[in-house]
Amino acid sequence: MLKTRIIPCLDVADGRVVKGVNFVDLIDAGDPVESAKAYDAAGADELCFLDIHATHENRGTMYDLARRTAEHCFMPLTIGGGVRTSEDVRKLLLSGADKVSFNSAAVANPDVVADAANRFGSQCIVVAIDAKTVAPGKWEIFTHGGRRGTGIDAVEFAKLVVAKGAGEILLTSMDRDGTRAGFNLPLTRAISDAVPVPVIASGGVGTLDHLVEGVTEGGASAVLAASIFHFGDYTIREAKEYMAAAGIPMRLT
Amino acid sequence: MLTAIIDYDSGNLHSAEKAFQRMARETGTGEVIVTSSPEDVLRADRVVLPGDGAFPACKAELFEHSGLFEATEEAVIRRGRPFLGICIGMQMLSTTGHEYVETPGFDWIGGDVVKITPADPSLKVPHMGWNNLVIDSPHPLLAGVASGDHAYFVHSYHFQVKDPAHRLAHVDYGGDITAIVGRDNMVGMQFHPEKSQHIGLRMIANFLSWAP
Repeated sequence: MLKTRIIPCLDVADGRVVKGVNFVDLIDAGDPVESAKAYDAAGADELCFLDIHATHENRGTMYDLARRTAEHCFMPLTIGGGVRTSEDVRKLLLSGADKVSFNSAAVANPDVVADAANRFGSQCIVVAIDAKTVAPGKWEIFTHGGRRGTGIDAVEFAKLVVAKGAGEILLTSMDRDGTRAGFNLPLTRAISDAVPVPVIASGGVGTLDHLVEGVTEGGASAVLAASIFHFGDYTIREAKEYMAAAGIPMRLT
Repeated sequence: MLTAIIDYDSGNLHSAEKAFQRMARETGTGEVIVTSSPEDVLRADRVVLPGDGAFPACKAELFEHSGLFEATEEAVIRRGRPFLGICIGMQMLSTTGHEYVETPGFDWIGGDVVKITPADPSLKVPHMGWNNLVIDSPHPLLAGVASGDHAYFVHSYHFQVKDPAHRLAHVDYGGDITAIVGRDNMVGMQFHPEKSQHIGLRMIANFLSWAP
């Protein structure tokens, strides 16, 4: 049986982890590779690096980061942030990323998703959707870190990018991100019901019950969280055991 | 001892290279190279064919490298070198692929590669993530691996073998999905051993010391 995935996400700027990771035994908590190794050993199901500055000048650091991570961690790695063209995808894949995530570029031009999926296969193309509630049961896509509204309906957009070839949706609720109040469950459910591909729920995790709800109520195939793991509130193992006890199939070995 | 990982411009070879090199170092099984040279393939003691993306594109790219497939066929079929295909590199062992268009495979292991259609329509495609193996037939590559151990999958098409004896392991995803195929000196894995943490590394180590 396929297991629900837990994905710790590391925000990276200029090759360093932003917000820090608070683990014991980390030689350099700001080095993403050190954090990745700790999550690998802890049994995380995948890793996600998000380049939050993503300026053209610092792209090289992400390639280097992917390369160094793939030398130490034999587990799936997704990289996002500032990905604009299928050439960017190619370079990240060659550096060691397994999946690459489009965000603003897919909103500006959904055909970039089709281009990348045709070249490299849907299985490695993720589209990150940042959505905000604009009315009950209605969500709009925001870009540029949630600062810029687009007028585009999130559910319709999810269907569009999947039709273009996206193999997975990374869904972040801008209302909930950073609040620790839990995922936006109606949004998660609406998107996961609308598309045939896996949906990763993101934004707002504060407790282990939130992870459970993302799957049981939101219908997510995977849950992504940052701070509850980085700051040591819970270990990956605790989260997995808690979710398993709630009846969700998890990989515990 | 030399292991050649075939590079035909298909996806992420960096992880595979690093995983095989690490296990070759740990088990003292020689050198691992990534190459698109037919001469390298012919002088290698073991051959690995990876592959990411779509079946027709991978097949076309492989054949764009002049002499590369012929060298692989010579090494695997006529000289009996141990061979491991990964993901699309496994699917191409089939008779026919049905992704987008019908594409002939190598026909080394009879069968068809068809779209995954889970009996439960709520199951998502691609089949993406960790699934637990059910071993159908013991094999040296599975030494130290048990039914219930997890491997990392990411694919929308799967290999339905003609002769059930060629299926070495499967997983359940709204029906049986072939995880490992094999006969004689060849094995194919649908999942990514280089992404399956310690279980995957174990299978890579087993391959590097396999003497069929």
